[in-house]
Amino acid sequence: MQARQPLVESPNGTMELSNEEIARYSRHLIMPEVALDGQKQLKAAKILTVGTGGLGSPLALYLAAAGVGTIGIVDFDVVDESNLQRQIIHGTSDLGRPKVESAYEKLKDINPNVEVRVHEEALTSENALEIFEDYDVIVDGTDNFPTRYLVNDACVLLGKPNVYGSIFRFEGQASVFYAEEGPCYRCLYPEPPPPGLVPSCAEGGVLGILPGAIGTIQATETVKLILGIGEPLIGRLLLYDALGMSFREMKLRKDPNCPVCGENPTVTELIDYQEFCGIPQANAAEEGNGVPEITVKELKNKLDNEEAINVLDVREPHEYEVANIGVRLIPLGELPQRLVELDQHEYFVVHCKTGARSARAVKLLQESGFQNVYNVKGGITAWSEEIDPSVPKY
Amino acid sequence: MPKVKIPTPLRQYTAGSPEVEVGGATAGEALGNLASEHPDLKQHLYTGDGKLRSFVNVYKGDEDIRYLEGPDTKVGEGDELSIIPSIAGGRCR
Repeated sequence: MQARQPLVESPNGTMELSNEEIARYSRHLIMPEVALDGQKQLKAAKILTVGTGGLGSPLALYLAAAGVGTIGIVDFDVVDESNLQRQIIHGTSDLGRPKVESAYEKLKDINPNVEVRVHEEALTSENALEIFEDYDVIVDGTDNFPTRYLVNDACVLLGKPNVYGSIFRFEGQASVFYAEEGPCYRCLYPEPPPPGLVPSCAEGGVLGILPGAIGTIQATETVKLILGIGEPLIGRLLLYDALGMSFREMKLRKDPNCPVCGENPTVTELIDYQEFCGIPQANAAEEGNGVPEITVKELKNKLDNEEAINVLDVREPHEYEVANIGVRLIPLGELPQRLVELDQHEYFVVHCKTGARSARAVKLLQESGFQNVYNVKGGITAWSEEIDPSVPKY
Repeated sequence: MPKVKIPTPLRQYTAGSPEVEVGGATAGEALGNLASEHPDLKQHLYTGDGKLRSFVNVYKGDEDIRYLEGPDTKVGEGDELSIIPSIAGGRCR
């Protein structure tokens, strides 16, 4: 096996391990691939995890336990009930707290020798280079396209490895994007998918355990890079299918025309990644698509006054089972075939979870000749928050 | 006939199938046939003017067809094509 250059030089002579640390890391110290020197390299290493969510939780926990000396965490979110199914660095008692706070405490409890640096802010084009500069490896545990392109470009510009992981439902991807030695994220995905074309929250979801599998792969790759051992995932995309319980591997190549790491790069500084991913345009289109709306309060009044209205729920049956307000269910996908069941002269109010799918349904009904169709702003989530908290929010 | 592996985000358009057998002598033909057999898949794979979308990566075995012969890459019995979409994470926006 070809020995790699360790990313972090052995700090021999300048850094010692205490007896407590030697006892703590004994299972590393007796492995020749790590040994005392490697453990010191880990201690000297500075790792940044972007996000302390599904991926960031296991990877930060393991890196702290493994003895990585400095762990930076970037997050601006607070802990929410729906996080607890997979974000194991946060607990029930942390609900409502900033994620960096509960992550800090958990990491310090696992290993007080670790210096945890908290960056309680959103990662932006303005602060990314400055934040990244101090770290040896950046681990991408984010959940959206703009931040992924931002992390990639900042890593390429600074010449740092980007340990990538991504999850959806039962499927995960992992790789190491390191433009100094191989392809970057943009070589694989030159452009993001337009918003709306990738499955939305409604069709999304993720198996809670999945980020555990991918996050620990990211942690493994990080440790290998620091120590310069083994074969890193540079130039390889690992695909994990939890349902089939199979791993596959795809070859990645450096794209000579890559706009950021190619021969003639056109992206030489950080750009506006929201814009690049089409987010403002999509928001504008959504707002501007002009479907008539009513608020949940207006809907409540109409129902209380027993006005002659039809309320339709266009979510999926499995969502209806979780929470519903007792109205007729026609999933959006079935609506085109089931228009015949509806009288287009009547008054319709359509809702979904948060209002996006029902806006599409309203549009469809309008195009089919319905005159009085209204979208419930904020969907059943708003109903639960403003009208009837006994309806569960999911 | 080549097999096409369908990633989770697109399985809703193939009635849940993780793998579909389609006819075609090239990767382009096979994907075209896949899209005509599953019309809802079409807009996810192709742009309005019929080009494969740039964020949809297609692999034959473990090789990106961009580095083989693109849509003209020959495929035959037992070959496996994989669609590798970009996924961002567990949450939307």
